[in-house]
Amino acid sequence: MDFQPLYDVVHASRDARLKYTPPRLSLADRDALIQRWHPDYREAAYRPIAFGPNAGDRTVRELAALLEGDSSIAGDLPLSPAHVVDVLVVGGGGAGCAAALHAHGQGANVLLATKLRLADSNSVMAQGGMQIAVAPDDSPVQHFLDTLKGGHMKNDHRLLKTMVEEGPSVAQWLLELGVLFDRNADGGLHVKKGGGSTRERLLTCSDYTGLEIMRVLKDEVLNRKIPLLEFSAAVELLSDEQGACAGAVLLDLDNKRHIVAAAKTVILATGGIGRLHIQGFPTSNHYGATGDGLALAYRIGVPLVQIDTFQYHPSGGVYPEQLVGQLVTEGIRSEGGHLVNAKGERFVNELDTRDVVASSIIRECEEGRGVRTATGRVGVWLDTPLLEVAQGAGTLDKHFPAMVRQYARYGVDIRTDPVLIYPTLHYQNGGAKIDVNGETPVRNLFAAGETSGGLHGRNRLMGNSLLDLMVFGKRSGMTAAARAAAIPQGMLTLNHLRRFREDAGKHGVTDRVVSPLVLPAYAGQP
Amino acid sequence: MTTKSFDKVAAVEQEDALHPPMVTVEIAGKPFQVPAGVTLMKALWHTGHEVTRGAGCLGGFCGACATYYRTKDDPKVKTCLACSHAVEDGMSFSFAPPFPARKATYDVTNIEDPKQALFDLYPEAPLCRNCNACTEACPQQIDVREGVWKAVFGDFKAVSETFMDCVMCGLCAPVCIADIVPNLVGVYASRAHGARELEPPSGLTDRIQAIAKGRYDDDWRRVLKMTDDELQQTSASITSAGKSG
Repeated sequence: MDFQPLYDVVHASRDARLKYTPPRLSLADRDALIQRWHPDYREAAYRPIAFGPNAGDRTVRELAALLEGDSSIAGDLPLSPAHVVDVLVVGGGGAGCAAALHAHGQGANVLLATKLRLADSNSVMAQGGMQIAVAPDDSPVQHFLDTLKGGHMKNDHRLLKTMVEEGPSVAQWLLELGVLFDRNADGGLHVKKGGGSTRERLLTCSDYTGLEIMRVLKDEVLNRKIPLLEFSAAVELLSDEQGACAGAVLLDLDNKRHIVAAAKTVILATGGIGRLHIQGFPTSNHYGATGDGLALAYRIGVPLVQIDTFQYHPSGGVYPEQLVGQLVTEGIRSEGGHLVNAKGERFVNELDTRDVVASSIIRECEEGRGVRTATGRVGVWLDTPLLEVAQGAGTLDKHFPAMVRQYARYGVDIRTDPVLIYPTLHYQNGGAKIDVNGETPVRNLFAAGETSGGLHGRNRLMGNSLLDLMVFGKRSGMTAAARAAAIPQGMLTLNHLRRFREDAGKHGVTDRVVSPLVLPAYAGQP
Repeated sequence: MTTKSFDKVAAVEQEDALHPPMVTVEIAGKPFQVPAGVTLMKALWHTGHEVTRGAGCLGGFCGACATYYRTKDDPKVKTCLACSHAVEDGMSFSFAPPFPARKATYDVTNIEDPKQALFDLYPEAPLCRNCNACTEACPQQIDVREGVWKAVFGDFKAVSETFMDCVMCGLCAPVCIADIVPNLVGVYASRAHGARELEPPSGLTDRIQAIAKGRYDDDWRRVLKMTDDELQQTSASITSAGKSG
């Protein structure tokens, strides 16, 4: 389809737009906007969970079904372990790698199991950066306050304080491992401003921050020869006679055999839920983001927190079709890129929090000021050429090489033409309840990263996820290693699964999906 | 430009979207009909293929879906990432199988002479015969051959810049006639540059020590006592950090 006349609207309005920046919304305006337009407030998408630790709590229908779902394994599965370890890490993304490295560093005998390859994750895609208060005019306290505001004041204060205070030492750890954060001319760390932040606080590796960190962490896991099971998905946890976690049952995806792993401690680092396509949204998430850790933790008795709120990233691709749902980096807005409706107007402060920006885009589109594509999708413009105009030719090539490449593949030159975007399902704000060491209320079971909850409140601030992964990966890994040194291996039972099945029966829940899903069922879909 | 005119365009075009034109592709040797313009990955799903190995981030960042393809009547077999490459009529494609490349292991924080260590870890690295097959095999258009030479010459900074786009798909390794694994050479050189050659950034240690020594404790005490309402009002008013931090 010929976008040229539509592009022209964006080009023609650029000078006028540069003279007016929409103000950040007041708290009251923000709440009103979100309650009117944010997908978290669509009543029909929600229902109460029938039974289990969160019985009666509301969440989206897709997640409720997953939590109430049934395990794929039989109650009498033989439980003779193929592996006996101190620390079993489930998941090979940022939190899993950090947990495994730190547990290994403490001398623990670690096994890392992941259902895809090591480092296949959402972490590897993180482009925007990592928030750490390193700038002279910044402080952990300021980082705390910004995050709290972004999270609608619903963040767990203890988790949040822990995260912001450990940020600088995490940066140092990554630098020591060889992560190449962008530097200023004087060698200091270059920091950018992210949406919802009052200070420049984003550490970046051009727009490959997650990729650079994961290349290094994966390499380090391999260098340390940490035992690794790829294409091995956790499908059930194991509990001992006291109800503490004692290991997991893995499913080898290549030969469909079960692998029993006895572990004194288990760290769930299984990531988020984008591939459940909540409310039919496309997603920016990787292939394995099916919320497995939530289902596993729930069945063994871990209460989940804030699972009624999800993050819809403001800028998911709309056109071309191949990029639908894929993330368009927030960095463009950080560097001054405008969001523009079909009439050539700005309609939100681009650096407002993700929920505000996403709600505003949905409003523009619902009220008829969006741009429709040939396939019937709708979106608004992200004015990428503005960066070339305002900061000089070559700016996009220099600072956003990944995005230039992302679009050039399909013949779209973001240096000359704006791109269409619409919110995409990006992040699970809540998750398994944890303490400051990443331990869940079920003893010896830890959760780190996106699968855990409480830290981000009702809206995660840009750049806080990479930090979350590193800090709580580290803390859970170190705590699990120390715990494992002090306790014997528990008996392996499926007592919790038997109780959960009885509970389902008592509540008359019969039509249950197999849970966890492990991989989305895309084969054969139109 | 009015709203009306683009709606008209959309109405015409949506007819196409409802009945997308189909193209014929060959997947691992078998012909299938798939909608024009979809990614190779979506073509696999569309034709009922279960994908376990071969899909990862689905966003062009992880290299899991490294794929060989050939377009109609062209003898040249090229490479791409199946998640971010569109089908064409007459195209043939297959996932690249995992390649059992050797990875050297090392402690990057404790290497005395990183440049010399490259030759111990990857003794085949200087044996490049300049055939350029690695560069041609790279779906990210990285000048891989140049990157390997820069590593051999010890310009690890340049290596890190050359390989910043590398998604570790590993397609450069099977084509190397000298058995070099260029992406792993790139990771080593890049990490060695960061860990051993760059000065630690100024100010970071100071900030870590400030936190450890309780420089922010007064602010914390004040902030953690606040009600939600007070916290909301506080926002940018924490200014002492600027002076003390």
